[in-house]
Amino acid sequence: MTSPPFQYARPSGVDDALAAAAVPAAMYLAGGTDLLPLWKAAVVAPARVIDISRLALATITATDGGLALGALARLSDVARDTNVAGKCDLIAQAIANSASGQIRNMATVGGNLLQRTRCPYFRSADLPCNKRQAGSGCGALAGENRQAALFGGSASCVATHPSDLAVALTTLDAEIVIAGRSGERRVPITNFYRLPSATPDKDTTLEQGELITAVVVPDATRFAGRTTFLKIRDRASFEFAVVSVAAALRIDAGIIVEARLAAGGVAPMPWRLTASEAALIGKPAVEATFAEAARVATNGAQALADNGFKIELLRRAVARALQDIGESK
Amino acid sequence: MQISDQSLTFSLGINGRSREVKVSPSTTLLDLIRDHVGLTGTKKGCDFDACGACTVLADGRRIKACLALAASYEGASITTIEGIASGAELHPLQAAFVKHDALQCGYCTPGQVMSALALIAEGPKDRGAIREAMSGNLCRCGAYPNIVDAIAEVAGL
Repeated sequence: MTSPPFQYARPSGVDDALAAAAVPAAMYLAGGTDLLPLWKAAVVAPARVIDISRLALATITATDGGLALGALARLSDVARDTNVAGKCDLIAQAIANSASGQIRNMATVGGNLLQRTRCPYFRSADLPCNKRQAGSGCGALAGENRQAALFGGSASCVATHPSDLAVALTTLDAEIVIAGRSGERRVPITNFYRLPSATPDKDTTLEQGELITAVVVPDATRFAGRTTFLKIRDRASFEFAVVSVAAALRIDAGIIVEARLAAGGVAPMPWRLTASEAALIGKPAVEATFAEAARVATNGAQALADNGFKIELLRRAVARALQDIGESK
Repeated sequence: MQISDQSLTFSLGINGRSREVKVSPSTTLLDLIRDHVGLTGTKKGCDFDACGACTVLADGRRIKACLALAASYEGASITTIEGIASGAELHPLQAAFVKHDALQCGYCTPGQVMSALALIAEGPKDRGAIREAMSGNLCRCGAYPNIVDAIAEVAGL
């Protein structure tokens, strides 16, 4: 296999990077842990690789009980940062469950959010995939679809998003800070990803050439000690989620007063479980409440031939995550 | 800003020695180490981030060289398996791998040793933590129990 060559550019700052990206088929390179395998597999063919890994966007700062994660902060550095470890367990747990030690040392926050799906049709240049090549068809719909989405898919794409961190950040209502040639904008993570509908080749609402500079996590101290990240996978480590759940509860005198749940591995983006959240509010933090929240977690789920097992798996994952939190002190 | 589609010439440290290399923009750190510098102890197993045979240290941190674009590591300090022994004396971790019979075919061993070297510096709490933290290094011969024994001994666990 011969992958096409590319130009290499190393910008000195964000503006410089944005200028370098103003050509077709330019791609940013941070950790490289997804871009290089995709390039080797001929899934992507950048004409210009813009190496942003040295830009000063790697700091992790505490902000009024929340966090600002530089887009180029490496996952391992985030997980062990004194503002994260022991203070924002959901993020630390999601990262600890991601990839392997080597990859966590390379992969960045921004790159993690932008990693592409693990759908085998997307990652094989010979197979049909509307996400990789618009109009070529979706091989997964009637083919190998064990990994495919239960929610949010379309007739053109049923791929799932693989990030663990994004699931935790969705539960925490994080915002993505984006730099573009016309200035900076902020997008809630729930509006950052796109459902495939008719244009599955676009994973996110980023425009060509825009650059994630940071992820801002609002104050989540009210959930302290009442969060959990549960990841179910086919082997114990170094594997993507079949189903994951990030949950946070605020419990007052035994009553749940606030609930946040998001699931991974089941949709083209981290999937907020709003029906489960509604089923928890105002109820006692007991097993019967958790069971009801688990039951409604899969409202609206649509299974294909091979992924129906995820419906029961997601319900059980929600129940277990909530029980873990309920039992914590 | 430097934009190049020609060969790039730059320096980086490999095993304590500064090396000037000339590589194409799309060269990986793994190919730089093996094909341009000639240090073939670092293995190319899958070249797709699955196996860990290409693990090296970059500024003391373990990384997969097959996922690293060489040009990104200009000026970095790289350590490969060739750089850890003291002359003819094996690094204690290498000696522990021999003592515990922590290999059969040996192809994954350089990556296992480099990964374990960084892991020990990270301070694993117990054998379970070693198993978890070594999950990025596959051994198709299945020498895992002995690999964990070797690492645990050097880590003092």
